[in-house]
Amino acid sequence: MFIPNTPEDRKEMLAKIGVSSVTELLAQIPQDLLYPVLDLPKALTEPELAAHVRALAAKNKPLKNFIGAGMYEHFIPAAVGALSSRGEFLTAYTPYQAEASQGTLQTIYEFQSCMCALLEMDAATASHYDGATALAEAVLACLRVNGRKEVLISAALHPHYKEVLKTYTRHQPGVKITESPLGADGTLDLTALKEKLSDKTSCFVLPTPNFFGCLERADEVSALVRQAGALLAAAVNPLALGVLQTPGAFGADFAVAEGQPLGNAVNFGGPGLGIMTAKKAYMRQLPGRIVGIAKDKNGKRSFVLTLQAREQHIRREKASSNICSNEALCALNAVIYLTLLGPRGLAEAAELNLERAHTLAALAGEVPGFKVKFTAPYFNEFVLECPAPAKTVIKKLEKKGIGAGYALGADFKGMENCLLVCATETKTEEDLKAYADALRGI
Amino acid sequence: MEEILKHDELSIEKSRPGRRGIRFAAVQKHAAQYLPAQYLRSAAPRLPELGEFETVRHFTRLSQLNYCLDGQFYPLGSCTMKYNPKAYDALSALPGFTQAHPFAPESAVQGTLEMLYRLQELLKEVTGLAAFTLQPAAGAQGELTGILTARAYHDARKDFKRTEVIVPDTAHGTNPATANMAGYTVVNIQSAPDGCVDKEALQNALSERTAVVMLTVPNTVGLFEKDIREIADMVHKAGALFYMDGANFNALIGAAKPADFGADLMHLNLHKTFAAPHGGGGPGSGPVGAAAHVAPFLPKPMVELKNGKYTLSGKMPKSLGKMKAFFGNIAVCLRGYCYLRQFDGRTLKEVAENAVLNANYVRAALKGKFNAYFDAVCMHECVLSLNPAEMNGVHTSDVAKRLLDYGFYAPTIYFPLIVPEAMMIEPTETESKEMLDAFISAMEKIYAEIQSEPQTVKDAPHGQCVSRIDEVSAARQPNLRW
Repeated sequence: MFIPNTPEDRKEMLAKIGVSSVTELLAQIPQDLLYPVLDLPKALTEPELAAHVRALAAKNKPLKNFIGAGMYEHFIPAAVGALSSRGEFLTAYTPYQAEASQGTLQTIYEFQSCMCALLEMDAATASHYDGATALAEAVLACLRVNGRKEVLISAALHPHYKEVLKTYTRHQPGVKITESPLGADGTLDLTALKEKLSDKTSCFVLPTPNFFGCLERADEVSALVRQAGALLAAAVNPLALGVLQTPGAFGADFAVAEGQPLGNAVNFGGPGLGIMTAKKAYMRQLPGRIVGIAKDKNGKRSFVLTLQAREQHIRREKASSNICSNEALCALNAVIYLTLLGPRGLAEAAELNLERAHTLAALAGEVPGFKVKFTAPYFNEFVLECPAPAKTVIKKLEKKGIGAGYALGADFKGMENCLLVCATETKTEEDLKAYADALRGI
Repeated sequence: MEEILKHDELSIEKSRPGRRGIRFAAVQKHAAQYLPAQYLRSAAPRLPELGEFETVRHFTRLSQLNYCLDGQFYPLGSCTMKYNPKAYDALSALPGFTQAHPFAPESAVQGTLEMLYRLQELLKEVTGLAAFTLQPAAGAQGELTGILTARAYHDARKDFKRTEVIVPDTAHGTNPATANMAGYTVVNIQSAPDGCVDKEALQNALSERTAVVMLTVPNTVGLFEKDIREIADMVHKAGALFYMDGANFNALIGAAKPADFGADLMHLNLHKTFAAPHGGGGPGSGPVGAAAHVAPFLPKPMVELKNGKYTLSGKMPKSLGKMKAFFGNIAVCLRGYCYLRQFDGRTLKEVAENAVLNANYVRAALKGKFNAYFDAVCMHECVLSLNPAEMNGVHTSDVAKRLLDYGFYAPTIYFPLIVPEAMMIEPTETESKEMLDAFISAMEKIYAEIQSEPQTVKDAPHGQCVSRIDEVSAARQPNLRW
């Protein structure tokens, strides 16, 4: 498929090369290994492929989705996909030849600018794989910056982020990861945090909202981290920052986020969009591509990949990371989304999330046997304590076409009856009522 | 001509207070009524304020400043810029896939899981390896996954003395950077004069400290390692694992299986060999395959088929853990799956054959003006080297910029590092002979210009929206945001 060479073309080309067959060109491959038997299914034509893949898509059951836990269903304006799917963006390569890539480069500069504005941080990268790997890289940067060996994390960090962080730091000599526990209200126990912080703590990892949806008292956490001389690496929800206090304001040194809520579909969890930002002092510790303003020969403003001396293609084993490909197209979706919304639209979207989640919490909390578990403030997600195992609730609601939430029992001991529930602006008042009604049947 | 329309303004410079591109339903209560003041941001973010139409114009205009594969030939070596079929874009945008939540009950996402399972199976078949993880988000993350898998394998055998990874000097920068991230010491070995692995250098570098040998096959000078089996044997005899960097798998797909070479681990780039678009830098997908003895150490979870149901719940007690949140870049995996389903066991090799044919055609046609650094039949890409004696002070970077004027994207330049003034050209199998002939003509014209008017080449590009950019100016006082 998609091979335009005709037999005639091939003949002419072989003659030009001076060989008589294509097989001659493959002479260096051990000949007994050449052309192995390939047991592949029948090749599909485009209509057959479309029918097959549509049938697969139809095997996915559409649910009214109240599941968040790190990937959030939001409304995506049509203009986002219409623009980002243009071949000029979709099929362009990494903008190494800057003069022929000003479009991509300027969108990345605008993305970085929007991220800095949204998070109130000084510098942002062109993107990372996802929130979890961005966080892992932020922690690696902290370890490089202060040379301390202990990484203290909130016990309410997303379980997948914890695992990725473990993977990325496992072979850093002497590095130890410790969890700081939560209090009864679903946020960090600040007394315990103070005790756990020490002059060995390289950084504290602060997710807010945390995995239970609760907002942390970030100013107080930040002050404690500062007292210990440690660095603060925050993980935030970028859409929530339409209204919520920013990591820049509470003093984060590095701030990361899963950028998927900004104009990207959930897509079964990938691609995500790793947002990675830092204070100015740590700009050169950031991994991966960064776009900056340059001048062309005539003094005209232009955009280029810059500070490349950090990167693998220049520094090889001394690079700050091995990252090469990133999530440029997802970053493009995010910057188009933010450009459409602007500061007011983003605040409205965030407020609508707040309202929907709080309405749902009130409705669900009124159902006999169900209770909103934590008292801490939250954004669009909260923990619902059920009178039955969360897994049972999920099964029963699935039968009514509802994705009930995320069962916390597998990751958090003693929370077998706890369901993490999310309501974004995509849910109507009727959807929320239907959810609560479905709970009544349990 | 005076520019009346200010095309190159930033969105923030086009911003007018009060404009907006979307409205949401009204709320009954505002944030301050839900949350105490300490949780709220104090000032609105400085985001652009544009209407939908202004936004559409802005980004459409920016798109027009790009070269792209849909519009231009991209002879980028090592990047495999092959055509990205439109059907796959359309199919990967089906709401049944895009709206599937990673934590939805498995019974509600059987279609996605089946697609992923089938892709795992297809990748196993085309590589001969025993298992595949689809988790890695990109080639470089695939490499890291592979090396951490190897490390988990050695650690499980209590073989802790292995602290080194051997990498040839022709390797992509990601190889040594990856080994370093995995906590290994990098041992670089020089290539032999023919561009292949120097077996003596490899033998000298191998020891009981060697954990992994990373080799790109074909290598980055576009040559197949002719002694691949002997090399694999040497690696295995030393107790090390052979990691095959599959960035160049387009040269082999359908024609040979890496497992037959003795590869223990390898990654594939779905955004190269398997026709997923590059998106201006990502997202990619870098599945990693493993031979049976290392497969248990791959990241978890993998899609399994149990009693007719697809599931992620299988136990993997020896797994290295997770590489990223959730399960992989699924939308990219879907495109790779679509691609593989359009071939069968007989036609898949035509990809490799035509990729190799096209590269050799370009190499042969340019011979005498721009010569291959290693004068031999190449695989899917050829590496040319400018001869300074004939170039009137023109460098590879100048030729690259001049190609833009003729409507071609530039080849990969100054890589691999062992080739002076390198130009790495990978046409891929999806380019027609006419396009290759046009490219060859442009290169010949540039060669003539180098002889007659070298300054034209040195000052290139001339026809872009900007002229030659001073990249150093950006790093001096970085301006990375508005």
